[in-house]
Amino acid sequence: MLTYLIRRLLAVAVMLVVIVLAVFCIFFLIPKWTGTDPATMYVGKQADKEALEGVREKLQLDEPILLQLFEFFKGIFVGRDYVGGGTVTHCPAPCFGYSFRNEQAIWPVLTDRLPVTLYLALGAALLWLVIGLAVGVVSALKRGSIWDRLGMTGALAGVSLPVYFTGLILLTVFAYQLGLVSNSFTPFGENVGKWFSGMILPWISLAFLFGAMYARITRATMLEVMGEDYIRTARAKGLKEQTVIGKHAMRSTMTPILTLLGIDIGALMGGAILTETTFSIPGLGQAVLKAINERDLPLILGVTLITATAVVIANLIVDLLYGVIDPRVRLG
Amino acid sequence: MTDDPTDKSGRRDTGRKNAGKADAEGGAAPGKPAKADKTAKAAKAAKAGEADKPAKAETPAKAETPAKAETPSKTAKGDKTAKAGLTKGGDARGGPAEPAKGEDGGERSAPRAFLEVRDLHVHFPTQDGLVKSVDGLSFKLEKGKTLGIVGESGSGKSVTSLGIMGLHTVGQYGRQRPQLSGEIWLDGEELLGAPADKVRKLRGRTISMIFQDPLSALHPFFTVGHQIVEAYRVHHEVDKRTARKRAVELLDRVGIPEPAKRVDSFPHEFSGGMRQRAMIAMALVNNPELLIADEPTTALDVTVQAQILDLIRDLQKEFGSAVVIITHDLGVVAELSDDILVMYGGRCVEYGAADKVFYEPQHPYTWGLLGSMPRIDRDRTDRLVPVKGSPPSLINVPQGCAFNPRCPYADVPEGGITRTERPELREVEPGHFSACHMAQEDRERIWNDEIAPRL
Repeated sequence: MLTYLIRRLLAVAVMLVVIVLAVFCIFFLIPKWTGTDPATMYVGKQADKEALEGVREKLQLDEPILLQLFEFFKGIFVGRDYVGGGTVTHCPAPCFGYSFRNEQAIWPVLTDRLPVTLYLALGAALLWLVIGLAVGVVSALKRGSIWDRLGMTGALAGVSLPVYFTGLILLTVFAYQLGLVSNSFTPFGENVGKWFSGMILPWISLAFLFGAMYARITRATMLEVMGEDYIRTARAKGLKEQTVIGKHAMRSTMTPILTLLGIDIGALMGGAILTETTFSIPGLGQAVLKAINERDLPLILGVTLITATAVVIANLIVDLLYGVIDPRVRLG
Repeated sequence: MTDDPTDKSGRRDTGRKNAGKADAEGGAAPGKPAKADKTAKAAKAAKAGEADKPAKAETPAKAETPAKAETPSKTAKGDKTAKAGLTKGGDARGGPAEPAKGEDGGERSAPRAFLEVRDLHVHFPTQDGLVKSVDGLSFKLEKGKTLGIVGESGSGKSVTSLGIMGLHTVGQYGRQRPQLSGEIWLDGEELLGAPADKVRKLRGRTISMIFQDPLSALHPFFTVGHQIVEAYRVHHEVDKRTARKRAVELLDRVGIPEPAKRVDSFPHEFSGGMRQRAMIAMALVNNPELLIADEPTTALDVTVQAQILDLIRDLQKEFGSAVVIITHDLGVVAELSDDILVMYGGRCVEYGAADKVFYEPQHPYTWGLLGSMPRIDRDRTDRLVPVKGSPPSLINVPQGCAFNPRCPYADVPEGGITRTERPELREVEPGHFSACHMAQEDRERIWNDEIAPRL
């Protein structure tokens, strides 16, 4: 188990380096080939030539790409001083880049925004897991029944209705008309009750979308598992049906659900852009949306790295959980 | 028979009502003296049955009738009356899913045999039509005896066993729910009409089953020990340590080396033979009185097959259980069985003592099975003789004898009767039954002149 863990962690480290490499190439090498000056992306459009030269110097854009990469990596661990144009810009470790346009380091922005997105994603995940599994299991066990049809119709609606639609409807009804919940975001540290009240609708909107997918997958998997020989064996032992389903069938059903969960939560770390925008939640999604609009390259780079890292880590956790769920994985 | 899907239940119900009567008639048939020991057992079992279920059809004279002679003749009669019901019954869809419930007790005689299946029907409604996997099957089994059910894939062997286990209807409902009818008597209790929870409690404890392909029949995520412990603790209120001890004991008993260590292994860490042993250990953990082995050796190599069969035989001796062994391997049946029941298209085509069915088979299908069995003592230049064609569709069973499209002797009986009328089980000699239109002389001639020399 320990060697397995170590092997997996090493793989994760390698994976992260490769990701940084790839992202870096996309952001610095490709513009070079296509003749775009990356420096223009780092300053405003109206920047004068001097500022442009300053940024180019600071980012060492004329140096070989490998050196730039080295500097970037070094910045992550020890911090970095951007020197050029007669000024020095300090970016403390871990330095994931610096937005010259907004004159701020990227890392604080990320750490500021990430928890908000994390809460949003985890809360929603909890909700969609419960709903998705429940609907999926009931639909599978009562296939063809009215419950199955209701559940699957709901799931279809969930998959097809965009978050900004369900979100706005929920806001209109529950926040504005009924006044049951808060219609705006309150930071967690400020007032937990208000924070919770403000997060309920975003959680529900997001969970509706994902829960629908989970319900469908749970149903499909459950139907398959219920046809397995070992379910028949479990029944042949004289086990109660709830044990057969709750223990024997659920254990197998969880495997694909877990895979999906890892990927989904990881991907949501990049920001649930639509949900965050609909509910004005200051998470990573909003930050990246703004960054894209403003062509704020360093911030996009930072968010991309964060997202990639989150997906990799989530997958690592899933892989470890596999080992717990499925004994056959442990040897592998 | 004419295969009119509208009157399945009419036929069946009539068959059931007449079962008692037919039974009485069948009981009068003289049995083989060699099977006299069965009589004693049958009488004993009957006493237990009669104690709480005194039935009209039960007479003292009957209790002395050899059990052997009884079942099939009852089947034959039952089916004959059933056939009458077919023409008369019309569209009587009398709810085949609720077998025998509302009928008055007098018509359901309590059986004397430990296990008695009467006129069992298992039908699966599908989009293509009603699949009649088992269509009127009856047999009897005493404790300590072994019944071999043979037939090719899709003949209804496994469906029968799952029917006895009550596993067809668990978790099934609505349109997909299989329709079962007939009677299954186990130790004086009727199971088809019994409440689901009662049958569940019998499952794994009184009746247990060894499945084929133990790799897929064992849960891949739980240790072998855990699965055995679970099987034990459903029926016994003991703590985990006691149950674990029992699991280790059983693993040891079925010949798994280092059982105390292997109890914590997962199924994938076992070899095929070991998995089947573990499966057997699981089936035996509650000392079942009826053990159903559904192709227990199919997934195993030949040396392991022999070991597993020995094991089943030893365990049977030790526990005195009744064993139903289901297989398409005649060698396995020859090895283990006291009686053999040959199934074709969901019905019994031949039934009798193992040596009779083996050495004096009375049905062309049985000949075919024997002819397609490889034999070491045969010249290798001789080709195996497969049964030509493929098993019949259970939705549209051929009219007349279900075997007629594949039978080389379908035209031996005159007037094309094989294509119009379903042959019923007839007693061809005491304790030996065959469902074939051919006359006895024809059958014997063909067997002696054409078939036997080639085997």
